[in-house]
Amino acid sequence: MSTVSDYRKQEESVSYSAEPAGMGLEQELMTVNMGPHHPSTHGVLRLILTLEGEMVRDVKPVIGYVHTGIEKTAEQKAYWKVIPVVERMDYLSYYFNAYAFCGAVEKLLECEVPKRAQYLRVIHMELNRIMSHLVWLGTSCIDLGAIGMWWYAFREREAVLDLFEMSSGQRMHTRYFQVGGVIEDIPRGWAERVKRFTKEMRSRSEQYSALLDKNEIFLQRMRHTGVVDERTLLGLGVTGPLLRATGNPWDLRKAAPYCSYEDFRFRIPVGTEGDNYDRYRVRHAEILESCEIIDQALDGLPEGPHITEDRKVALPPRHELATSMEALIHHFKLVTEGFRVPPGEVYNPIESPRGELGCFVRSDGSSKPARVHMRDPSFVNLQATADATRNTYIADLVATLAMLDPVLGGVDR
Amino acid sequence: MPDATGLELIAQEIRQRHPEAILDTVFFREEATIEIAPADARDVLIALREQGYGFLASLHGVDYYPDEPRLSVHWQLLDMTTVDRICVKTRMPVEEAHVASVVDLWPGANHPEREVYDMFGVVFDGHPDMRRILMPEDYEGHPQRRDFPVGGEPVIFTYNEDKIPGWTR
Repeated sequence: MSTVSDYRKQEESVSYSAEPAGMGLEQELMTVNMGPHHPSTHGVLRLILTLEGEMVRDVKPVIGYVHTGIEKTAEQKAYWKVIPVVERMDYLSYYFNAYAFCGAVEKLLECEVPKRAQYLRVIHMELNRIMSHLVWLGTSCIDLGAIGMWWYAFREREAVLDLFEMSSGQRMHTRYFQVGGVIEDIPRGWAERVKRFTKEMRSRSEQYSALLDKNEIFLQRMRHTGVVDERTLLGLGVTGPLLRATGNPWDLRKAAPYCSYEDFRFRIPVGTEGDNYDRYRVRHAEILESCEIIDQALDGLPEGPHITEDRKVALPPRHELATSMEALIHHFKLVTEGFRVPPGEVYNPIESPRGELGCFVRSDGSSKPARVHMRDPSFVNLQATADATRNTYIADLVATLAMLDPVLGGVDR
Repeated sequence: MPDATGLELIAQEIRQRHPEAILDTVFFREEATIEIAPADARDVLIALREQGYGFLASLHGVDYYPDEPRLSVHWQLLDMTTVDRICVKTRMPVEEAHVASVVDLWPGANHPEREVYDMFGVVFDGHPDMRRILMPEDYEGHPQRRDFPVGGEPVIFTYNEDKIPGWTR
């Protein structure tokens, strides 16, 4: 027998089935450590995988590597000084963290937020949602080997960060939201630039789908992988795009509108199967819906104050300090001690890019919160990892993890 | 949110099945809270789950120091069809910080319960894997308790690394 036919014979014996080949009936399970320093775990997430050949039989996430005790830090600070620290929890959705906290404190204070401030908050939160989804899209595509997508997604993300810099002076962790409103009105020309951005974003997102939706490799990696059904997800407490990908249109912006979301017309994208492809489609469509909300909010932006007129909560305007003794006293009290909040407990849930972000605040009547707890969607959603990746290939685990979109800053807080 | 009357109706329904379970009902800032004894936590949660509050939105621990009983666990339940939220809370002293786990009812309670154990030292009986989750496994104390001091963790530099207990080069 010639060497060539030997080779053919050997080749024919290769099995492409999901069963691990060449190991006989008795398989040996192998435990492999993945992370915490691994480029496709999107942060310092450690996974303990139980493998049978190439198949993942079990996954145990190990977290806590970036636990910084922000909830403890928040208890040591006056309410308005807590905003910058809670923003740093989920570092891709800082406006949402700030709003969850500010909204809870406003509920405790029974503080009325002016309509203009609510609209400005909506615009910033939706820009933030686009930005967060762009980071997700770019980094996920790197995990799938499509590095080109990363450059395009980050180009648009940069445009959003420039807008944040223009309105608040910072690119990330802007401290723009304050208890009672926003810190400053938007600068001249900002609205036009946002409009230009949303127009551009719409055509860019069409380009993204032209790149990805007809890409055979991308489709094969995405379709019918990482499927988790709706019932399991609800049991696990999973919300956001992951739940919507299964066809459940649960979105707090529609279900329980907050911050004037009831004024805007937008649709909730849903999937059908709950696989990775649906998750990608849902988030991709959400970018367009966010553009829609931003345009409506800019068109209908009401006139009026950008922060509450209640001097016991918000700082007086700078020019008043020179002429008004009262303003000076308020300024001094707010900057030194901060405002006191009536005792009580509230839970303020909002829809972050990853699902329900709830902030629980307990006040004991002093000027510092007695407890701040964030129900972070990444922390809860991470529990779905095992169900989504069990009995799939290890390569699909990387794709599924990217599509679950956990942000480790939010997981560990 | 159920209104104040709705909360009383829900509480009344639970009282009929578990007469001693409910200690108090609070309606504050449009949010309904039922306060219960730790031993009845599981029964009340099952009863509410049957009433439609089928989604466990959040689970958090609170320390009421210096008030007694100090530690507390809150379950934020959500009814997704009527978009109603209700909070169930229970308070317990530090010495008997035990409450029944609900991981078998809501698998999503797994990580949050571990977090409450880690941060406050409340033990959830029946939890499949009651370990620390965010703090290191050999950490001593429960850092979110109000009497747990801030600071005091030594920062390790080359000049003092030999003096810090538990640290070897």
